[in-house]
Amino acid sequence: MDGAAMGTQPQPQPQSEGAADDFMQGGAVEDLALRARVADFMLDYAHAIDDLDLHAWPRFFTEDARYKIIIRQNFEANLPMGVMYCEGAGMMRDRVLALETANIYEPHTYSHVLSGSRLTQAPDGGLHARTNFVVTRTMQEGRMDTFAAGKYLDRIAVQPDGSLRFTERLVVLDSRRIDILLVFPL
Amino acid sequence: MTLATAEDLSEPFVWPEGGISKVPYRLFSDPDIYALEQQRIFRGPVWNFLCLELDVKNPGDFKMTSVGETPVVVTRDKVGKVHAMVNRCAHKGALVCLKDKGNAAVLTCVYHSWSYRLDGQLQGIAFRNGIKGKGGMPEDFDITRHRLQPLKVEVFSGLVFGTFDEGMPSVESYLGPLMAKFVRRSLDKPLRPLGLQSQIIHNNWKLYAENLRDSYHATLLHTFYTTFKINRLDMDGGILMSDDKWHHISFAKRATLQEDAEYRNAKVHSAQYESKLDGPQLLDAWDEEDDGITHVIQSIFPNLGIHFTLNSICVRFFAPRGLNETELFWFYLGTEDDTPEQERMRVMQGNLTGAAGLVSLEDGCINEFVQRGTRGSEDKISFVEMGGRDLEQSEQSRATEVAIRGFWTGYRRIMGFA
Repeated sequence: MDGAAMGTQPQPQPQSEGAADDFMQGGAVEDLALRARVADFMLDYAHAIDDLDLHAWPRFFTEDARYKIIIRQNFEANLPMGVMYCEGAGMMRDRVLALETANIYEPHTYSHVLSGSRLTQAPDGGLHARTNFVVTRTMQEGRMDTFAAGKYLDRIAVQPDGSLRFTERLVVLDSRRIDILLVFPL
Repeated sequence: MTLATAEDLSEPFVWPEGGISKVPYRLFSDPDIYALEQQRIFRGPVWNFLCLELDVKNPGDFKMTSVGETPVVVTRDKVGKVHAMVNRCAHKGALVCLKDKGNAAVLTCVYHSWSYRLDGQLQGIAFRNGIKGKGGMPEDFDITRHRLQPLKVEVFSGLVFGTFDEGMPSVESYLGPLMAKFVRRSLDKPLRPLGLQSQIIHNNWKLYAENLRDSYHATLLHTFYTTFKINRLDMDGGILMSDDKWHHISFAKRATLQEDAEYRNAKVHSAQYESKLDGPQLLDAWDEEDDGITHVIQSIFPNLGIHFTLNSICVRFFAPRGLNETELFWFYLGTEDDTPEQERMRVMQGNLTGAAGLVSLEDGCINEFVQRGTRGSEDKISFVEMGGRDLEQSEQSRATEVAIRGFWTGYRRIMGFA
């Protein structure tokens, strides 16, 4: 992970500005086996949440990773406030414990539909990825809505054992509006 | 449908015996009452929150908003004066301003190119004299007699308020001295936006107005703090109300024994919060004010809230989007003086509130549960007697529904419901 991502400023580089383009400016990832592993990694993440295997969620991240859900309007205006923001996997585990034991909401499930991922080499030896998503939400009584759409901007590190982890996952939501509430991560 | 008076409702409405501690469910589901509210409240003698002054910081800035369901645009003109107008062309009624916010020299309706100065005065119209001597406006067309419908505007402590009632006294007198003092305490700073979000909640706007004033439910519905055994030392507090009862403040203080110099001088007091959190940095905070108050939630009738809890400063605005749909905006703020570390703490504390708020996300659904639970029971009433049936503010305890009774007192008065 580069210095900008790990510094005190939680602010990501905005996609709309020159700096943002840098995010996807690295060289192409031509290792097809690696590309296939990233594709599986992205799907495994989505499926874990869709299957409500939420304890698996923090394990997709390094211990000091950042996870932020932010609306596009804030992101493009370079404003830092997210809808959900975790600094480190500990905060993610707290989120999971909270939604299991403290928070009240009607039962519902997500289905993530992912685009293919655009991948580039990061200066630190990791990968940068941009992936579009649509998430439907189905309530217990059957009502189904398009709950969220947007893009993932990811920094991925290859671990010594060859496995992949997010060091940062930025979830940029197209809409400013969240219907009812957001309790499961995206 | 235009309703002139409460008596014009298709079903006459009479407040039940027992006064404001009894609230008929019909108030949340009757379309005639909703229509009457638009007229009596939002277009009546109240100051409506329009936007943050930050949204129209520079000359030429404009910002779209709404007053009740009426679309409104706020502008700052070339000499720095803030204006608000109904966002409706004086010609055929189309929206004049289409962009949420921006900067422009004039506002031009895209339909027939009628253009308006930033104070709403009509400046020019297309083909006024016709084309090649044919067509055009009648001889007696007087451009000075057409404009966007203005609202009276006042900026108070970084908030832009507007009213359709020309006779409204100042915002400060509408708030009263106590409410004005707390608005200033929260917002009289060089503010800087940190970002916004909104939530669609599927309930009548008044259920959120109640919820915001409901200090009784706080630790019962919202169990995050107790679940994580977060030992809050700021649980003493109470409810304050304006003289007319429809605005309120709920506050919490650090326990008196903690108010020693050692604590006051500590920069970050997350250590005060013993917890079972795996990521305790969630509650990193610093003492920002020296009055011992750590949490303030304030409501201003009809549909504005302000919270200043730990270091999270946020303006909440709940805009009716129909009888049982409300858009709840969260405008999070910092100050120009914030260090990067302070900004980080404000952003981190944003996790506690909003659509995904660890402490309060339940408010996104709880009001909908009332909306749904009361279907078919329009003739039944809610029971709002926690803390008594009176309207005395409760300086020592928050186990009370007095601020909800205060809301209904003001509501009943302005709606003319005997």
